[in-house]
Amino acid sequence: MRVGLFVPCYVDQFYPGAAIATLELLEKLGVEVVYPKNQTCCGQPMANSGFEHLTGGCNRLFIDNFSGFDYIVSPSGSCVLHIREHLHDDKRPEQAKEISHKVWELTSFLTDVLKVESLPARFPHKVGVHQSCHGQRGLHLSSMTELVAPSFSKPGSLLNMVKDLELIELERKDECCGFGGTFCVVEEAVSSKMGKDRVADHLKHGAEYITGADMSCLMHMEGILKRQGSKVKVLHIAEILNAE
Amino acid sequence: MSSRDKILAAVAQNKPEAMPLPHIAPFKEIGYTDVIGQYETVLTAIGGKVHRVNNWDEIKTIVKEKYNAQNVRVLSLVPELDDVATSAYEINPAAHHLADVELALIKAHFGVAENGSVWVTEELLGHRAVPFICQHLAAVITSSNLVDTMHRAYMRIGLETYGWGAFIAGPSKTADIEQSLVLGAHGPRSMTVFVLQD
Amino acid sequence: MEVGTKDHAELAEIFNKDEERVNWHDETLWWIRAKRDKSVHQLPEWEALREAASNVKFNVLSHLNTYLEQFEAAAKANGVIVHWAADAKEHNEIVHGLLKENKVTQMVKSKSMLTEECHLNEYLATHGIEVIDSDLGERIVQLAGEPPSHIVLPCIHKKKEEIGDLFHMYLGTPSNMADPQFLTETARGSLRETFLTRKVALTGVNFAIAETGEFVVCTNEGNADMGAHLADVHIACMGIEKLIPKREHLGIFLRLLTRSATGQPITTYSSHFGKPREGQQMHLVLVDNGRSVQLGRKDFRNSLKCIRCGACMNTCPVYRRSGGHSYHTAVAGPIGSILAPNLDMKKYADLPFASTLCGSCSNVCPVKIDIHDQLYKWRQVLVKEGYAPTGKKIAMQVMATTLASPTLYHAAGKMGRATIKYAPFAVNNKLNAWYKEREMPAPPKESFGEWYAKNKK
Ligand code: SF4
Repeated sequence: MRVGLFVPCYVDQFYPGAAIATLELLEKLGVEVVYPKNQTCCGQPMANSGFEHLTGGCNRLFIDNFSGFDYIVSPSGSCVLHIREHLHDDKRPEQAKEISHKVWELTSFLTDVLKVESLPARFPHKVGVHQSCHGQRGLHLSSMTELVAPSFSKPGSLLNMVKDLELIELERKDECCGFGGTFCVVEEAVSSKMGKDRVADHLKHGAEYITGADMSCLMHMEGILKRQGSKVKVLHIAEILNAE
Repeated sequence: MSSRDKILAAVAQNKPEAMPLPHIAPFKEIGYTDVIGQYETVLTAIGGKVHRVNNWDEIKTIVKEKYNAQNVRVLSLVPELDDVATSAYEINPAAHHLADVELALIKAHFGVAENGSVWVTEELLGHRAVPFICQHLAAVITSSNLVDTMHRAYMRIGLETYGWGAFIAGPSKTADIEQSLVLGAHGPRSMTVFVLQD
Repeated sequence: MEVGTKDHAELAEIFNKDEERVNWHDETLWWIRAKRDKSVHQLPEWEALREAASNVKFNVLSHLNTYLEQFEAAAKANGVIVHWAADAKEHNEIVHGLLKENKVTQMVKSKSMLTEECHLNEYLATHGIEVIDSDLGERIVQLAGEPPSHIVLPCIHKKKEEIGDLFHMYLGTPSNMADPQFLTETARGSLRETFLTRKVALTGVNFAIAETGEFVVCTNEGNADMGAHLADVHIACMGIEKLIPKREHLGIFLRLLTRSATGQPITTYSSHFGKPREGQQMHLVLVDNGRSVQLGRKDFRNSLKCIRCGACMNTCPVYRRSGGHSYHTAVAGPIGSILAPNLDMKKYADLPFASTLCGSCSNVCPVKIDIHDQLYKWRQVLVKEGYAPTGKKIAMQVMATTLASPTLYHAAGKMGRATIKYAPFAVNNKLNAWYKEREMPAPPKESFGEWYAKNKK
């Protein structure tokens, strides 16, 4: 199985650790991983700001970079959702469609494609899971509190395989952290308040680490934790699943 | 062109392709094992009161315990209960003459277990304002006249014509001030339903 | 209320100056969302009900003109006088005309978001007509000289002490009296007088049935009925999208409406108005006001399925932390943000951006409106129509160019990590906004790309 590793731009630039952990974890599980080095960004920041018409360049680049893989895996639910829903190319419509069907977010790739049932990881800490909205409500990585449906959590089931890890309960299981792409600066007041409230829920329940399948939300919460001088850290779920 | 025709033309022009109505029959099958129990639980939870009674005399006793028709105006629209009322209902008086009614006794067609409501139409009320203007409301239904859900309620109503009808579920209420629940917003401060065994 | 030309972000910033109050507002609404959850989880058929309601509404939209005609004919046969208003102005004129005809200068009105949308009260005030809102929450905001901040809970933004002050000023209650029970009792007394003396009552409409010509009004307080049954003239106003085909469909909608709104199994009163009382006039005003235009917008027509339950507001993390008034439109929150641009793109260009697109709104919506997808689509439309600020346009262009070129991207990245001037989420020249309450991530010594080149060839 040949997997193309899709590393979102801000992960590449600010959180290489998350991408390294993703790569190592996949290799550990016997997957052949290739990182196409000319990749940049999925185009979501522009599209969510109303500039989807400017994302043609990103789309073309994405198709160039990720053609010919069995799967494309990324440690970001939000970017995966964007590709799944919006990747298109008027000149290569079939190819665009094929690629958008092959893109997987890391945790669901582990649970649904690789059908991982155990992991050699150990992480002896209290961990709070942040359900990033695009991964949860968009990609259905876990059940949603609004719906009357059986409950499940793909990230949660993976974290449960990690030795000595203690998951904490939250008061609001799946409230948005307020990052929202450009929302975080355009609507600074509400965005910051949402972030503070989300972080407070984790702190109140004794989290030592906040994790999730989307680094952007974690970056937002990290920004708040650091400003507050908190010792609590954020870690991408791949880093925990890859911890020894 | 009149506004009516303009609106209809614009709607006709802009409406999407025809979509069928969904199949809703399965909802009509939903029911409770203990319909009266469910009714009682729900109505109590929303601030109403339920008395299961075996005969009219039991109702009268309960009414008399709380309301002395000599002192306050008890209005009866239930012939069987006229002797606990201040006076029998006069045919269609002006609604404003009802302003001092303390307790109104009415019959309802049936109750709905899922939400604790009763269904009434104006024929049962003399005047539409009765169940709103009174300070307290009491309705009588018979135990066989309970349906499970709103789906069944509308099956029962069918296409019967009425000038005005309503589901009434509990006392009038509001939580507009800081979400604290207050019973007796504009209408009755309490609602009692007598479920008469039949 | 002076909202003036401030946009949602600015108004939200003002709202957020008082953090304690934001917490209180957020928690109150979250509590209602929790009540909703508790109630809907008692119905295993909940999702099927939503699906059915959504499909009934799709059917309505696709046959709307036929249903309107069917409804009109049936209502007329019932003795109801039917009026049609193309826009807010015509709606207001029709209502005013009826008041003049009946020679009255006072009217009692129960909750109707449509009349808020049409600014009926202001219009009538300029014509010397006094309107008293009878819903307690609406009465409170009316006394405060504000519009409702929520479609179901009009004064959810007001603390009881503030309400106590208003009542002290206008209804003569003792000062510093803020007990909800006492205040409600006072309003009850004052409004009872109003109900008994008004000749004309106006109500909204929750559902109108094409098959029977009747319409249904839902309240908890009983104020719509108190008004309508005590008045000689009942005027009911509704948007044309409120129709449903058959009476039996009420079974679905009445099960969904209040469970979604507040978690109650049904409103205290669900009144079915078929015919006028003997000697009473019953008027019904059918209002378009942009609805037929929205119907023609393929991506946005589904917003017309809305039954105004307010669930999308209660669940919205942005609404809860910015308050209804920050949306500067009659219907606030997520649904308001997809309805308002239809009426005026320029004025409401900010609203579709007042969201993180988290999608919770679409999940609670009892008629399954794809609210967050429509917010996304409105953004595209608004930008294309030229309603994006110029600074943002240039920044986005730079970003698109950079991200479309691996060379530029890698150069920008290096520079970015050194100076932290570059971040995809912070490109609209308001970079400092991030810093107000948040730190930037610490720049790593190398990007993943660089690490990969070194370690994995
Ligand atoms: S959009 Fe849906 S959730 Fe929001 S008010 Fe309308 S019906 Fe309710």
